[in-house]
Amino acid sequence: MNEHVTALPEATQQSAPEAPAAPRRGTAWREKLTSIALGAGFPILLVLLWHYAVAVTGTRLIPSPRQVAVMMYDFSFGGVYDDAFSATILTHIWMSVTRVYGGFFLAAIIGIPLGLMIGRLKILRQLLDPTINVLRPIPVTAWLPLSMIFFGLGPNAAIFLVFLGAFYPILLNTIFGVRSVDPRLFEAASMLGCSGSAMFRQIVFPAALPSIFNGLRIAHGFAWILIVVGEMTGVPTGLGSVIMDGRTLSRTDLVVTGMIVIGAMGFITDRIIVMISNRVLSWSPQHHA
Amino acid sequence: MPEAKKRPPLIIRGVTKRFPVGDDEIEALARVDATIDAGQFACLIGASGCGKSTLLRIVAGFDEPTTGEVLSQGKQITGPGSDRGMVFQDYALFPWMTVRDNIIFGPRQRRPPKAEIDDIAAEFLKLVGLERFADRYPSQLSGGMKQRVAIARVLANNASTLLMDEPFGALDALTREQLQHELLQIWSRTGVTVIFVTHSVEEAVLLADRVLVMSAGPGRIANDITIDLPRPRDVSSPEFNAVRRDVARRLTSHLAPGRALEQASH
Repeated sequence: MNEHVTALPEATQQSAPEAPAAPRRGTAWREKLTSIALGAGFPILLVLLWHYAVAVTGTRLIPSPRQVAVMMYDFSFGGVYDDAFSATILTHIWMSVTRVYGGFFLAAIIGIPLGLMIGRLKILRQLLDPTINVLRPIPVTAWLPLSMIFFGLGPNAAIFLVFLGAFYPILLNTIFGVRSVDPRLFEAASMLGCSGSAMFRQIVFPAALPSIFNGLRIAHGFAWILIVVGEMTGVPTGLGSVIMDGRTLSRTDLVVTGMIVIGAMGFITDRIIVMISNRVLSWSPQHHA
Repeated sequence: MPEAKKRPPLIIRGVTKRFPVGDDEIEALARVDATIDAGQFACLIGASGCGKSTLLRIVAGFDEPTTGEVLSQGKQITGPGSDRGMVFQDYALFPWMTVRDNIIFGPRQRRPPKAEIDDIAAEFLKLVGLERFADRYPSQLSGGMKQRVAIARVLANNASTLLMDEPFGALDALTREQLQHELLQIWSRTGVTVIFVTHSVEEAVLLADRVLVMSAGPGRIANDITIDLPRPRDVSSPEFNAVRRDVARRLTSHLAPGRALEQASH
């Protein structure tokens, strides 16, 4: 990508001397523990609530947390039900990951350069802006029939749907990022002898990077959301297809298991994106998620 | 560059500027002519709206004059160029680059060997006294340090003319005083030409060989005053005060009575 950007991280660690005094070690630890306890405590409370709600009403339509835990174990390691879903978790995760990131990276590869150019070139903005704003409000699910006609039954349709969902946040945030760069930075760069494509690489892209990362993070969330829709297109594997199968088979424990795995995957990968962005954007005082 | 006298002067010839405002037009600059000798320290002074920043931006090549031309190093300018380096009031440093990378940004565009880049970085970090802060980001610097980086950035790019648009206007009084002295040292050591925009009479008299007083409505150069006080100048000396009073009087004589009072209290 950009030499300046990838060169950043090492240097920033040394900013300590003039930084405000860190809170004493003991206080910092207690703060961290409290934060973890509160963050993890609330879901535990929800699970308890779920457990008692199922027990009190005696419903058979909703699985109890225990049933879901057993299903999760079987889904991960097998040995309980020994059916088509036993010990298949890694296959499904892997297939979903290829589609989520296939669509996500495709959206980034097209969305970022296009956004940089639309943000910078007025004629391109005039040409494309109305079209983008008409296409954008169309729900991704509405594209389902057409995408199946375009790409047939299979993973490509899923990738296309994820791409559609991830594309607009990346594109719009990139355009916004370029539009909000201080115009003096362009003046400063041009007086120092920078122009043309060097300007895009050395100024426009890094200056818009905080905004681009915001777009990537939003788009990444959408990509995981859309995987269920994407895998409705008749693919046999993937977390979305597991949920669809669970629905068809009336196995709600399987449905909830699939939901939890998607949630966990989305959470973990989002933390990774935040870590990367904090590292790459360590120069920016405003950007720490 | 001690042989500053041999270099051709910067020539502003018949420059005017009109801005469209709705269906109307405002005349920001009436005809401006000036010749700034190589190595000269010239201050442009005037009230807000007199067109001094507009003139500076035209010399930088960021804006085009409506008529007239600017010659730098004997050639008509057509846009921003590395011979003229602008130092902005709000610094305009690249926030994602370290101090070092900001300073070598210009030279690096020509892709010289790495050893040369390192030499330039070392030389100009030393010139502005920021060796210890080479790996900091602009957001980790004080205003005075940022402005030092901005000065080093254009000098490292071999600019022969330094264009400064109220560069110390956002700094506190102590820092401003220190930077004024550092600027004078850098100026005498490198022999660059400086065009310095300010609205402070004291700053202009302290720094300049020559003060161009601009008046508004439309902007033009009303007075061209040579300051031949010996350097280093002592702001508390009677001679300095006499010159300052003279410049202030000429400045306020171009202003409306209300503005004159306001300006005199500075």
